[in-house]
Amino acid sequence: MTAPVAITLTVNGERLTRLAEPRETLADFLRRDLGLTGTHLGCEMGVCGACLVMLDGTPVHSCLSFAVQADGSAVETIEGLTESAAVTDLQQAFHERNALQCGFCTPGMLVTAQGLLARKASPSREEIRDALSGNYCRCTGYEAIVDAIETVARRRAASREELPA
Amino acid sequence: MSETGIGARVQRLEDRRFITGRGRYTDDINRPGQAHAYFLRSPHPHARIRAIDIADAETAPGVVAIFTGRDIKKFAPDSDDLLDEDIGGLICGWMIHSKDGSPMKAGAHPALAKDVVRYVGDHVAVVVAETLRQAQDAAERIVVDYEELPSVTHTAKARDAGQPEVHEGIARNTVFEWELGDKAGTEAAFGTAAHVTTIDLTNNRLVPNPMEPRAAIGEYEEGDDAFTLHTTSQNPHVARLIISAFVGLAPEHKLRVVAPDVGGGFGSKIFVYAEEVICLWAARRLKRPVKWASDRTEAFLCDAHGRDHVTRAQLATDRDGRITGLRVHTIANLGAYLSTFASSVPTYLYATLLSGQYAIPAIYAEVDAVYTNTAPVDAYRGAGRPEATFVVERLVEVAAREIGMDPVAFRRKNFVTSFPHQTPVIMAYDAGDYDAALTKALSLHDYDGYAGRKAESRAAGKLRGIGFSAYIEACGIAPSQAVGSLGAGVGLWESAEVRVNPTGNIEVLTGSHSHGQGHETTFAQLVSHRLGVPIETVKIVHGDTDKVQFGMGTYGSRSGAVGMSAINKALEKIVAKGKKVAAHVMEASEGDIEFKDGQFRVAGTDKSLAFGDMALQAYIAHKFSGQDLEPGLKEGAFWDPTNFTFPAGVHICELEIDPETGVTTIERWTAVDDFGNVINPMIVEGQVHGGIAQGVGQALLEGAHYDAEGQLVTASFMDYCMPRAHDFPTFEVGMTVTECPSNPLGMKGCGEAGAIAAPPAVINALTEALGHENVAMPATPAAIWKAAQGLQRMAAE
Repeated sequence: MTAPVAITLTVNGERLTRLAEPRETLADFLRRDLGLTGTHLGCEMGVCGACLVMLDGTPVHSCLSFAVQADGSAVETIEGLTESAAVTDLQQAFHERNALQCGFCTPGMLVTAQGLLARKASPSREEIRDALSGNYCRCTGYEAIVDAIETVARRRAASREELPA
Repeated sequence: MSETGIGARVQRLEDRRFITGRGRYTDDINRPGQAHAYFLRSPHPHARIRAIDIADAETAPGVVAIFTGRDIKKFAPDSDDLLDEDIGGLICGWMIHSKDGSPMKAGAHPALAKDVVRYVGDHVAVVVAETLRQAQDAAERIVVDYEELPSVTHTAKARDAGQPEVHEGIARNTVFEWELGDKAGTEAAFGTAAHVTTIDLTNNRLVPNPMEPRAAIGEYEEGDDAFTLHTTSQNPHVARLIISAFVGLAPEHKLRVVAPDVGGGFGSKIFVYAEEVICLWAARRLKRPVKWASDRTEAFLCDAHGRDHVTRAQLATDRDGRITGLRVHTIANLGAYLSTFASSVPTYLYATLLSGQYAIPAIYAEVDAVYTNTAPVDAYRGAGRPEATFVVERLVEVAAREIGMDPVAFRRKNFVTSFPHQTPVIMAYDAGDYDAALTKALSLHDYDGYAGRKAESRAAGKLRGIGFSAYIEACGIAPSQAVGSLGAGVGLWESAEVRVNPTGNIEVLTGSHSHGQGHETTFAQLVSHRLGVPIETVKIVHGDTDKVQFGMGTYGSRSGAVGMSAINKALEKIVAKGKKVAAHVMEASEGDIEFKDGQFRVAGTDKSLAFGDMALQAYIAHKFSGQDLEPGLKEGAFWDPTNFTFPAGVHICELEIDPETGVTTIERWTAVDDFGNVINPMIVEGQVHGGIAQGVGQALLEGAHYDAEGQLVTASFMDYCMPRAHDFPTFEVGMTVTECPSNPLGMKGCGEAGAIAAPPAVINALTEALGHENVAMPATPAAIWKAAQGLQRMAAE
């Protein structure tokens, strides 16, 4: 069962076919095969959240998924989310609020935040803190991250209201 | 204040790459032709290696080579041959002498174990293969014949008679028996004390766990006989020095150490580790780049741990509630080998802070350091100072309760109030206003409303508690002569070089190295402030020994007070040279040139020259003789501090216990810190928040635990609990400022304060809520539930 398997998937909007060993995690595939090193490995057991990516629009631990499981799926990493401007406001808010220090957990935090705000437009601070229960940050004490996500929730809500009915 | 100068909340210049996933951490780097290293580690806490059979493993697919401790020999000069002589071992760079004058006993610390393994995770062999998975697969086929030996992991028992020796011949596993202070004077104080408070404490063993695991890539360039090491280091020059001078792999000028973006460190990336040495050696042997990246369980097993003290502490007070003496006996667990700065942590970084914020006439500390069959223990955020603060702040809290004084009033009564203040334990506090911080903290916290909130909690069936921590730390590490006299093997100055380019933009090379602290912003703020230039024209260069000549790195809250002072000194030289150039250009006397807001002006005239124009003139050298004044604009400086700095403050923790579940909820946290002058309040607040989080983690959640068989049972994030976002309230953070007189910027440092202050604040609050002092760290829900249930039973009876 170690023979490489051909998989076809869409990564950051680009459809590609590659060989992947059955045991290769999606995280390793993204980092090593595709050079997308914005996805980080912090624990390789789905606890720290540094490896979160969007798989068909949902945050997924790429360290717990095999690359072959992503066959036929659409994966978005921090690089793609940046390119598509999907998280520009979150990135800006993290920057303005100093919601990062060493930066290692940041891509995963942004993916979680994007997933949360897609599920719930106006989360309370407690809901934001609970939503971050799968993301470790060892630097910031989390407060600035919570602030940044809360700010974006408000800004997105305000811009929705401004839209013509 | 300029928008980008000292004191401004400048948003971080380094953020762009981190928020877009374009940070460049060591594991993000791949070198052409690289092979991958995987370390086979000891499953036993203590065993003799009878034999290692690699024959089968060597035939595994993709294997390039397998090396054991017997292979790691020195290279013959100008040859690929190996001598019959081992490379140097890993060293501990701080000599501590025991009370009897004897030097500390340092057991040999080979990069790969040769005959004996001494902790679970100790390095047995390295497999180098084409891919990491192939290396892992092959490692499973190595057969090691171990003779298991008895082991000891318990700090307090390591010195007991009959315990196995971790290093053969080092009796009672004792590294040193050290003392500090006035023994006779302290005994006299206790002899006449009106009250003596005694506490027994365990400062729990922690695993630093920066989110980026360690990694290393060794490279060898045959044509130049030169090495490069990419590694996760807080201090690449120190790594280069140790690997050159002691391990002896490469001369210093032929070894480049690069630490790119570093994803947190908290001390654990100060040290030189076996994996870095072996990757370099293997790269030379195999003539291929060799890369290693730690997984999280390896990090738990092999990164240097922190804390791990067992302490009995006593405080003597007189009839008026004045502290008259303090004495401490501590057993410090240093693990199986002495890590790079291990010996300094429970000695000069610990006992020198035992006076806290208080005027204590007599102090005596004894520290016995022990070997155990556990991972090496070294500096972790705060390093010695959290341990000291935990002792002092628990002692004063318990003493106040025992003698029936309000803990706030008791602290106030005993505060140091005049400066400079010489403590009995080396440190001379230079500036502070402890009462001001306490007063501000009480106000921010609404201490007056506490009784009402406690009553509300009680009515709701909850137990509310409040705890104080009036901490002090010694930072700005450190005056070189002073630390040299205390046993340090290095000086702890810092270097800087300011290079002004002809177009006027500026590169600042610093020996400090950020691992999340935002140096690229704060250091640039200093330049923008001093030279009156836009901050975008400043680039901070760090983390590469080929670029920065030398430096001591980042730890001990030193990068501001020491690193920026060096930059400031170099900037002064730039301005001085600039005045000379400007005088020539404007045909004025040098003495008439003033520099302000980025302009050189001739006093009393309207003539001026912008900084950037001066820089161009310095390089084209048309307006002055290159014989009289050197062309170009580049200045360097080394700054050696004259004293430690003494950040101090008061943290207040208010929490609520649910006696039905044992869950502790932190309801309010107030921090008022005096860091001296602050360059960027936004970044400082972030440092405070993060420090508090780690300190709360130590108090409530985190604890590395070795079981009776010597296995680390907390070796993953599933077993070792770190704080999450929902563990905290919104922090109330305030500041007071007394300028530090020993550096030109008046800065004290802020990186460790929260981690130092927080643990006793939490435990003082828990014990206040529970009404008894018997609460150990980590105070997990299970422990608190038991304590709370006991209370309820007592109430019912």
